[in-house]
Amino acid sequence: MLATVVARLVQMAFVMFGISVLVFLIFFATPGSDPAARIAGRNASPETVEQIRHDFGFDRPLPVQYVVMMKRLFVTRDLTSFVNRGQKVIPEVLDAIPATLSLVGGAAVLWVLGSLAVGVAAAALRDTAVDRGLMILSLIGISAPVFWLGEVANLLSQSRYHDTWLFSWVPGLGYVPLSESVSGWFKALVIPWITLAVLYIGIYGRVLRANLIEAYSEDYIRTARAKGLSPTRIMLRHALRTSLLPFITMFGLDFGALVGGAALLTEVVFGINGIGRLTFHALQNLDLPVILATVIYASFFVVAANALVDVLYAVIDPRVRA
Amino acid sequence: MSPLLDVRHLRVTFTTDGGPVTAVHDVSFAVQPGEVLAVVGESGSGKSVSLLSVLGLVDRRRTVVEGEATFRGEPILGLSERALRRIRGRDIALISQDPMTALTPVHRIGDQIAEQIRAHERVSRHAARDRTVALLRDVNIPMPERAVDRYPHELSGGMRQRAVIAMALSCNPALLVADEPTTALDTTVQAQVLDMLRRLSAQHGSSVVLITHDMGVVAEMATRVAVMYAGRIVETGTVAELFDDPWHPYTWGLLDSIPPLTGPRPRRLPSIAGMPPPPGRTEPGCPFAPRCRAAMPICRLPPPEQVAGGHRALCVLDAPTRAALRPPRVAA
Amino acid sequence: MTAAPLIEARALTREFVLRRSWVPGSGQTLRAVDRVDLAVHKGETLGLVGESGSGKSTLGRCLTRLIETTDGAVVFDGQDVTRLGTRGLRPFRRSVQMIFQDPSSSLNPRRRVGDILSEPLAIHSIHPAREIPGRLRELMDLVGLPAAALDRFPHEFSGGQRQRIGIARALAMEPRLIVADEPVSALDVSVQAQVVNLFADLRERLSLTYLFIAHDLGVVRQVSTRVAIMYLGSVMETGGTDTIFDAPAHPYTEALLSAIPVPVADPAARRRRIILKGEIPNAANPPKGCKFVTRCPYAQDLCRAERPALRPLADGRLVACHFPPS
Repeated sequence: MLATVVARLVQMAFVMFGISVLVFLIFFATPGSDPAARIAGRNASPETVEQIRHDFGFDRPLPVQYVVMMKRLFVTRDLTSFVNRGQKVIPEVLDAIPATLSLVGGAAVLWVLGSLAVGVAAAALRDTAVDRGLMILSLIGISAPVFWLGEVANLLSQSRYHDTWLFSWVPGLGYVPLSESVSGWFKALVIPWITLAVLYIGIYGRVLRANLIEAYSEDYIRTARAKGLSPTRIMLRHALRTSLLPFITMFGLDFGALVGGAALLTEVVFGINGIGRLTFHALQNLDLPVILATVIYASFFVVAANALVDVLYAVIDPRVRA
Repeated sequence: MSPLLDVRHLRVTFTTDGGPVTAVHDVSFAVQPGEVLAVVGESGSGKSVSLLSVLGLVDRRRTVVEGEATFRGEPILGLSERALRRIRGRDIALISQDPMTALTPVHRIGDQIAEQIRAHERVSRHAARDRTVALLRDVNIPMPERAVDRYPHELSGGMRQRAVIAMALSCNPALLVADEPTTALDTTVQAQVLDMLRRLSAQHGSSVVLITHDMGVVAEMATRVAVMYAGRIVETGTVAELFDDPWHPYTWGLLDSIPPLTGPRPRRLPSIAGMPPPPGRTEPGCPFAPRCRAAMPICRLPPPEQVAGGHRALCVLDAPTRAALRPPRVAA
Repeated sequence: MTAAPLIEARALTREFVLRRSWVPGSGQTLRAVDRVDLAVHKGETLGLVGESGSGKSTLGRCLTRLIETTDGAVVFDGQDVTRLGTRGLRPFRRSVQMIFQDPSSSLNPRRRVGDILSEPLAIHSIHPAREIPGRLRELMDLVGLPAAALDRFPHEFSGGQRQRIGIARALAMEPRLIVADEPVSALDVSVQAQVVNLFADLRERLSLTYLFIAHDLGVVRQVSTRVAIMYLGSVMETGGTDTIFDAPAHPYTEALLSAIPVPVADPAARRRRIILKGEIPNAANPPKGCKFVTRCPYAQDLCRAERPALRPLADGRLVACHFPPS
């Protein structure tokens, strides 16, 4: 087991190294573009460009450039943004992480619980009105774009019905750090959580229902029924457990991507300054140092989430453990 | 002696996209305490469906089960799922065909057996585990104290089937329904498992319904036989009656088409021409008539039932005609 | 044995890698076929019998060059075909055809039977195009299907009929050797007898040679002129069908035969049942010495120490046992 974990960590480090090289090559070694000029920004004086070229080692071979870049990113942590000059990249990314983690983590709790409920209920009441109703609702949830849903939620809670008893508790848009106020954090995030989770409840609920129905046609479910077990026990212990593998795979990919910045639309709609927004602005301004940092950061989460999925696999399915 | 399980006029109809399809037509049989009844037939003959529908293990939303069935004198057909649950596993247990898929892959063998014990009896976790170990020892699983903590994929097919049998016996059921219990096993392992099944069912005093397609297994295991064809029991009797004096031409065909293991080899095996009718056939006549070498015009009418003691067959042929028509059996 | 061997396995070995390892020697390999010498002579039917893990299917696939051989040689009609490439193998591919257990998975569900059968004819240009329709009808007739079947799709047929189509496809190439891997084990008894008879008829009419791989000893006895019994990758006993079935010499053959339930009501008419101890060992880790030693009721010290070679008995059969009955 320990060997597996170590092997997995080495693999992770290797993947992340590969990603950093790739990103570096794309942004800094594309033929025909001068990275020094790009880092210097628009209308920079030739002296500045020359200075940057020297600082970053752009006049030296590529491997050296890469090492210098990584050193400034991770060791000295003094890589600065060129759009907001003087703004250090690493603290900027670190500042954005809590907001994104709060948003995605909370939404993930909601969507896991929500889709488990939807999938289990629909499969248990298969072919009834409840099943059909849940499946239609899921489809609607999947089809509703998150920015539209978010704007509607804002419209209702921030202006139209803000003064009624229903939404008077809703604070203005933006993120409230957990360290500042727990209730403020919760109030600020509850509507974004729901908005982000709706899509995933729909997808995961439908996938889970399909997997459960497949599981119910397996011999071991018939065995469980022939043993005289209760329907609840059959569902939870025998059918659900074996149906969770695809669910977990999807969760790993989605969670990693969202924490890595894919929650951008939700962050923008609700004015949350998270990784998504940071990446988005960096891309708009071609702020290469920030892009480099956020992409490597995102890749870390995707790779880490997938490693976690592998561990969960082994916990759930003994066949994977061998 | 009153029968343990008495099924009368069982009729099972599936709702399919192409309309209702009747898989079992007017099937009646009884299982006496302590006996082994073999239900024989080829795939699609309705042999599994008959038993599973009595146990309520068919998809209820897509199946109509008609007729009567009593277990220990109490009606069992049409019982609620809740009432059936108390019977299943405790009074009637099922052993299914494929040991590779019959156990839930994510739970330990021991937990799956103990779970059944605890579903029916108020015993502690610890006591259930002790009983499980004893059961695994009974079915000759080596090192049962360690095997309880194994997952199904860690055991061979033969060992898994032993675990399934241990599970079926765990609550001392009055009736064991074994659905092709050794079909998926190798020959030498099949011999071990059949031997053990015979010993343990006697020890636990369980009656057995053995569903199989293998006439050899029938001869070794059963006291009585019911032969099914196209959803009907076409012949039933004791093993001696059926093997030594089969009445129905389909039973002849089943017996004669088995390649013998000793004696002279026939140049060609006697075989039954054609193939079984598709499910859902509705003609009133004998379902076997199109393949029967003894078929006569009268076979287009519903076949009469001939009875002599416990030996019954759905066929018009009388003894002299049978003797004249059945080819001499190659000496065994 | 007067007829020349049509196909021969010479010290044929096939290994599968179970787990690769960077450290040499620590990976795990499974020797599915272990230095097997076996010949199928012209005009005979060799029945290859064994339980799971015996390597009988793997041997069949090596002989047809469906999979590569790890070591040893496949000799067809005097020519070593083990290392031949695609081009050199062409005549071999035509002469040796394989029939599988489940014909439906090898028949393209979207093509009509006629198209499935005519494709190999066209590829190997066996017949001029105008003769193909006639040849197809002939093939249908050979396997006992109506000519109308040519215009239908595989799923419209029952299991037995699909197996007939599979046989017709093999026959289309006018092969000299047919390797049939469990061709009747998925069929119901009554249909199985029809297909077994078909194999016998075809051999007579087309003077074919068969390697018939099956686990059902009754079926093998019915179709074979000679049998070979495999256990854990090795041939334990081989010889004439009646020789072996009437008096098995290897303890494994004896136990295997006795384990088959016989459809006779009278218990006195049965063989003395030998119930073997234990399970078939894992093929990746076979016992030292004789491979059957862990389950053999007659095992002695020599059996645990040394693996017996196949040796001839007086009646011509070969047995891999230190203590065969004299």
